Amino acid sequence: MGSNGPTQAPPSQWPEGLTRVPYWAFQREDVYAQEQTRIFQGPSWSFLCLESDVANPGDWRSTFVGDAPVVVTRNASGEIHAFENRCAHRGSLICLDDKGKAAKGFSCVYHAWSYNLEGDLTGVAFAKGVKGKGGMSPDFKISEHGPRKLRVETISGLVYGTFAAEAPSLPDYLGEEIATRIARVFRDRKPVVLGRFTQALPNNWKLYIENVKDSYHASILHLFFTTFELNRLSQKGAIIVDESGGHHVSYSAIDRGPTGNADYSAQKIRSDSDYKLADPSLLLGFDEYPDGVTLQILSVFPAMVVQQIQNAIAIRQVIPRGPEQTDLNWIYLGFEEDTPEERMMRLKQANLVGPAGYISMEDGCVGGFVQRGAAGAPDERSVIEMGGKTAEGSESRVTEASIRGFWKAWRAQMGI
Amino acid sequence: MSDLLDLWFAIAQAQTAHARCLDDDRLEEWPDFFTDDCLYRVTSAENMREGYEASLIFLNSKGMVRDRVSALRTANIYERQAYRHVLGQPSILLVEADAVKSEVSFIVLRIMRDGKTDLFATGRYLDTWRRTVDGVALTSRIVVCDSSRIDTLLALPL
Repeated sequence: MGSNGPTQAPPSQWPEGLTRVPYWAFQREDVYAQEQTRIFQGPSWSFLCLESDVANPGDWRSTFVGDAPVVVTRNASGEIHAFENRCAHRGSLICLDDKGKAAKGFSCVYHAWSYNLEGDLTGVAFAKGVKGKGGMSPDFKISEHGPRKLRVETISGLVYGTFAAEAPSLPDYLGEEIATRIARVFRDRKPVVLGRFTQALPNNWKLYIENVKDSYHASILHLFFTTFELNRLSQKGAIIVDESGGHHVSYSAIDRGPTGNADYSAQKIRSDSDYKLADPSLLLGFDEYPDGVTLQILSVFPAMVVQQIQNAIAIRQVIPRGPEQTDLNWIYLGFEEDTPEERMMRLKQANLVGPAGYISMEDGCVGGFVQRGAAGAPDERSVIEMGGKTAEGSESRVTEASIRGFWKAWRAQMGI
Repeated sequence: MSDLLDLWFAIAQAQTAHARCLDDDRLEEWPDFFTDDCLYRVTSAENMREGYEASLIFLNSKGMVRDRVSALRTANIYERQAYRHVLGQPSILLVEADAVKSEVSFIVLRIMRDGKTDLFATGRYLDTWRRTVDGVALTSRIVVCDSSRIDTLLALPL
């Protein structure tokens, strides 16, 4: 980082261990700016789009890595490329829509600097001037200019990109266990997009990630989930945290054995109720996964989630929009081989998730509760001690281990 | 003509009654606007354009409409808030013996407990009505929001 880079976040103020997080981490502009360079544009891989979003040569899709706009393309020979959506001339967006077809490449609307599908600058309008006058200086070399390119790799039909030359390969970054757990959701089937919505969250992006990784809250905040035994902490399941700490999986399977509801009643938690549905058909589900897992929430550091909640499959792409704003992009998925009945069940179960979801709606507001609650307390610290002090996986889901894992990975990349 | 005028009046009346029901926080009465075999969906113009089937809310029975209300009343957590619907004039698009289709535009303002009032959603209702002894009932309402972006959460029905 050059001398004009953002001010150092104060590492000396970070408490020892993984169980305390000072609230300034969710508030400071300089921390936010540093995250963009060290995490999002650092040695991590970000979800860009689905392979099917750029199915054919010439297809392109615009997306984001952190708050940096990025274009993903498929070139004439079928390779996927990604580069900044930023003209090398004066910084304008190159692509102005969400997606399109550009067989001949791109031309910036501002001054018509042009690019091929690999993101190389191929032409500068009036480079030689007009009638021998004007034009670029004689030592200007087109080959020395262009938007930054990303390395691109795919897994299970998902396209990931990284700005960093030093990032490990995607399989090494994910590790075998996480890659296998992503693959288990897709099972070599061809995903079909069923819907796309954006939820504008009034909070720092990390508060949403903490929420995703927090299996402790799931059956306390979300009554809908708990009552219908979609997710009780007494179900069988586990938390997996990868070695870096940054990726996690929380999964559970319905356990129809005589395990008690006694634990819940004893805690007098709001989520123990007599709530019944008039039409419970959305909870029926169909047998999609031979392993019996009915819920798997998987996060890839820094900001991407693969969700299986019964038959509601979705990708969640988390895009920071400043210290106190985050866009959560929902991509609801089905698969080409779905029968009409299976497809209908996915449409019904989509009610569980998304901005209006019976489960997910609370996750949309609870980050804002923290952002507002901690507004006057930058130097106070959250307590993340449920399930111990380490960032290791466990069979118990009454744990905040994967949140501790996130902060372990975050601090490693931030140098804090 | 007078039949069409009666129909137009019945639909406009039902639409404003529906909006008042939601804005007055009489959610328990909301299911009464629908037939038993109803469909209520909330989606967006972009999702419609792309032919995407999934919705923000997808209720395909009166039971599911009731469940949305009981979930909001007893299960879900969201800050106290209210809507103010402003509706345009309905256009009658199709009149058949057992189905009448109409479209009307809406603006919904959301008023939070601290008084913050935001333009929350704009869009149109694509409605299909069945004539009843008292007027008309919704067999289908597709709420097409102009934007696919929802601020914080969509708890109350639009």
